[in-house]
Amino acid sequence: MFGIGLIVSRMVSPAKVLGFLDLAGPWDPSLALVMAGAIAVGAPAFLVAAKRKLTVLGTPMILPNARHIDRRLVLGSVAFGVGWGLAGFCPGPAVVALGAGQMKALLFVVAMLAGMLAFELAERARAGIGPGAQVADDR
Amino acid sequence: MHIDWASFTPWSAVIGGAIIGIATAMFALVNGRIAGISGIVGGLVRPTYADLSWRVAFVLGLLLAPLIYSRIAASPAIAIEANYPTIIVAGLLVGVGTRYGAGCTSGHGVCGVSRLSLRSLVATLLFMGAGFATVFLVRHVIGF
Repeated sequence: MFGIGLIVSRMVSPAKVLGFLDLAGPWDPSLALVMAGAIAVGAPAFLVAAKRKLTVLGTPMILPNARHIDRRLVLGSVAFGVGWGLAGFCPGPAVVALGAGQMKALLFVVAMLAGMLAFELAERARAGIGPGAQVADDR
Repeated sequence: MHIDWASFTPWSAVIGGAIIGIATAMFALVNGRIAGISGIVGGLVRPTYADLSWRVAFVLGLLLAPLIYSRIAASPAIAIEANYPTIIVAGLLVGVGTRYGAGCTSGHGVCGVSRLSLRSLVATLLFMGAGFATVFLVRHVIGF
């Protein structure tokens, strides 16, 4: 359903995303409306979810509670924003576009996975653990 | 700055956004998790067996969406103007950036802001700002 929402909202096409991010050129506010629509529906749901310890199916709620705003968050977000501004793709739409058979999307996703892998390896090196071990998940 | 009325698609934007919102809400209430794509995909890069099934299911859903959608309506066009080297650099930045930043437009932008998380709001403003700045530099200063 998430994928269909992305398709309907036209956010799968980088041209639409870049149209939003281009403040100096012809400006396409669509992305803002997509966010607004999603948050309008999501906010009440999260309000309900926040009060629950179990999901509707009885499994544990695993909603993150991190509050710190640190250098990783800042630098990571900026890096993500730059990549987003360059190609007009963020993770979700890129995967959907790949499903639609777009070769450039495939390339993007491969590069993205490589970046994520690099992150994992760097994290393990920081923690001083060998490549085969699992690092504890802090979410 | 002038509005690009020809490209602006308010109804599909809001409706599509609402669908994303519903999907996110369901994911939270039924699966108990944040529908943050960078986290879901990122977790596939170092799987623990309990996590694998729902991550794969979610990603499969994203991949199959175009096929399913095409059965209902004509698929909207996908226009990718970036050249191959730019795509590679962009992909790497998004991969590394979303993991360090712990989220992307879905995780921080939709879910985090919906939960009124200051951390997510900051992240969202930062990546939006970076996005605006990058497009400005690329389109209006460097000019490619």
